[in-house]
Amino acid sequence: MCGIFGVMDKRRQMMDGSGIRDALSIMNERGSGEGAGYVAYGIYPDYQNCYALHVLLDNPGKSKAVVDATLEQWGAIEHEEAIPTCDQPNLRTTCTPWRYFFKPDATLAPGSTSPEKDIITNLVMQINAAQNGAEVISSGKNVGVFKAGGSGAWPEDVANYYRIQDYEGYIWLAHNRYATASPEKWERPDPFNLHDWSVVENGKITTYGANRRYIESFGYTCSMSTDSEVITYLIDLLVRKHGLDINLAIRALAPPYWDEIDRMPEAEQKLNRALRFAYGSATMNGPFTIVAANPDMMVGFTDRGKLRPMVVGECDDRLYIASEEVAIRAMEPKVESITRPAAGEPVIGRVAP
Amino acid sequence: MSSNFGSMPLRYRISIDRKQCMECGRCIDNCSYGVFRRDGDRILINSRKCTACHRCLTYCPRDAIMLEEQPCDYRSHPVWTRAVRESIYNQSRTGKIILAGMGSVSNLPIIFDHLMLDACQVTTPPTDPLREPVELRTYLGKKPSRLDFKQKANGDVELSTELAPNLMVETPILLGHMSFGAISLNAHISMARAAQETGTYMGTGEGGLHPGLYPYQDRMIVQIASGRFGVNIDYLERGAAIELKLGQGAKPGIGGHLPGEKVSADVSKTRMIPEGSDAISPAPHHDIYGIEDLPQLVRSVREATGGKKPIFAKIAAVNNNAENVVAVARSGVDAIAIDGFRGGTGAAPRVFRDHVGIPIEVAIATADKELRKQGLRNEVSLIACGSIRESADVMKSIALGADAVYIATAALAAMGCRVCGNCYQGLCPWGIATQRQDLVDRLNPDVASKQVANLIHAWTLEITELMGAAGINSIESLRGNRDRLRGYMLDEGLLNILDVKSVGA
Repeated sequence: MCGIFGVMDKRRQMMDGSGIRDALSIMNERGSGEGAGYVAYGIYPDYQNCYALHVLLDNPGKSKAVVDATLEQWGAIEHEEAIPTCDQPNLRTTCTPWRYFFKPDATLAPGSTSPEKDIITNLVMQINAAQNGAEVISSGKNVGVFKAGGSGAWPEDVANYYRIQDYEGYIWLAHNRYATASPEKWERPDPFNLHDWSVVENGKITTYGANRRYIESFGYTCSMSTDSEVITYLIDLLVRKHGLDINLAIRALAPPYWDEIDRMPEAEQKLNRALRFAYGSATMNGPFTIVAANPDMMVGFTDRGKLRPMVVGECDDRLYIASEEVAIRAMEPKVESITRPAAGEPVIGRVAP
Repeated sequence: MSSNFGSMPLRYRISIDRKQCMECGRCIDNCSYGVFRRDGDRILINSRKCTACHRCLTYCPRDAIMLEEQPCDYRSHPVWTRAVRESIYNQSRTGKIILAGMGSVSNLPIIFDHLMLDACQVTTPPTDPLREPVELRTYLGKKPSRLDFKQKANGDVELSTELAPNLMVETPILLGHMSFGAISLNAHISMARAAQETGTYMGTGEGGLHPGLYPYQDRMIVQIASGRFGVNIDYLERGAAIELKLGQGAKPGIGGHLPGEKVSADVSKTRMIPEGSDAISPAPHHDIYGIEDLPQLVRSVREATGGKKPIFAKIAAVNNNAENVVAVARSGVDAIAIDGFRGGTGAAPRVFRDHVGIPIEVAIATADKELRKQGLRNEVSLIACGSIRESADVMKSIALGADAVYIATAALAAMGCRVCGNCYQGLCPWGIATQRQDLVDRLNPDVASKQVANLIHAWTLEITELMGAAGINSIESLRGNRDRLRGYMLDEGLLNILDVKSVGA
């Protein structure tokens, strides 16, 4: 019972955060006012060649030194600053959001086909797994996550706190949280991000344990006890490391039933069987709708029974995916097409090259 | 002078309610152990021969027969228990190893009973299996760890990874290996038909394949054990899969044992051994004296059968189980069956059955963990066996990391077996663990196959319901999903090894 929202402009035309804030806030009855978050692609054009690390610091005096030292081991900090914020009367601030623009030293990951991302992945795991009062909440180029938790963290409070209207991006994802575990933690609400990929989820997978065991056997470390963390890592593994097309990656995570596979033409049957054979432990069960994005695309998919809602809107160059139609209409009153894809039918939107 | 023990206290006492008894003599006909005999118009009882098989009770039309266990007390003593004392008397009389049938009788805590299953409440909805699909279909065999694709001329991508042969079962319950010899042909035929009806497979055990089972050969996993009984190319070609028996949970470290009393003409022919001779399999395979010999055996069996059949290996669960499992996984087999220390047997030395090995719950958990750690989990499927008693045990085994389970004692019970543990005598009055034709004829495969199929079907339904309640709609999502288990009154060390949290956590 969370609210999620995603919008992508196919021609990379920028949208400021105010519309996204309004779309998310209109779904407030899906949340509990204890957590919300936003992620936007394209917000740091001046530092587009740097990895933007958004870090929540419990106590800058102590924990920042740990992050600084770790970053300096693995590359160079081009620029750093506190993320500009504006105190909100209802939101209790428990940490300091900080951002680094960071260039990893690719020579430190010899032999890797994506050395920079491997370094970033290791960095994020290292900092987040340690009890050091620092949590990296986003780590990609030209992308940033803004989120907060605790009582008073309604979507509009979080947006105003981070001055979300001051950022312009061509893909936005947002999440209105109905808190269950650890409502007070600022790192817990979605979106979750690892360099390219960001994820917002409405749901609770029943396979967290199996999925986590699977992803951790590839060297990822899950430290947040949250679905979206595992999902982000799964997508990174399947797409970046195993080279699956996003279509196949989604199919591996939410595969068709065997009965459906049995009825497919032979080549397709073989492919789908192979996906279930290889990725049985990555398959996600339980109710979920997931919207994920990287710099080139936004995708939405549900569990194969579609136990959580997913509404898709299209208008000119914009693709919307949300929990509720009202959120899409809040941002785009003249939306041209509204559809509700069937269970197991993913939505994949790509930015024009 | 044989011994000074004289008559030992009775183990069981049979009594007849003479007011109820109509002296029909069904008890005399049914008891193959010779407890009852007629003396004029009276039925006499020799309780000393009773095994508590319940056959007489079952067929008494007046419910006139009653059985009492241990009717005579010993002086109670916490250390010098009845079992300990009786073993001493027995061995000081005979000077022999004590042979026993069926699984361990040690009164040790059962870990399965201290693991609780999860269900969904409000934060996630349960799945209703009556209205939504819940998939139990399981493929046993090697799976790719990642997939390769090639681009076709028209731009489409095509899978280039070749899939290894897998056995497809509609439910994760297979019928475990019990040999023809240990059990009767009718018992084998009954289980084979049940396997066919329920979409699963059964193991032949190490005794070869009787021609009466050829019609069901597509549902048989043929076993090669250290004695190589009944193994030839025809046998290998008939099976749907081939299992190399490297060990057995009831007697880790030693080979199979079929008493000569059970080696009938038919058994002798099927096993290719002389009639009436004890069939004692060697402890090791004589062509496996180092782990590097196993891949050679796997390769030769694979080559002999054209690479078309999955090859399983079965090992007993012992201390260094994880190391054994990864060693076997590297040998090229497609699945590993791990047999816990409570696993059944037709005949095993009692001291092995009750004292050697580790529980299946721990063995599966450590195997799954080590395979994942070494990146080998997709190389093999894991089959848990050795005292899977009910559908909840199947669920728990899979959540601990198994792909499927073998059931055996439960299947025998489904055919009437009362777990009396006298299989080694060859006189099973239920027609199961015997080769005496008049007893074998008592087991009607039309009836017994239905009962075994019913049991598998009932467990399958229960598993479907349990999975639905846990919000899981495919069995691979349960596999290794230890978050869905909680340990109740298990100590911290064991919880860590099982990688299961305590209740409340």
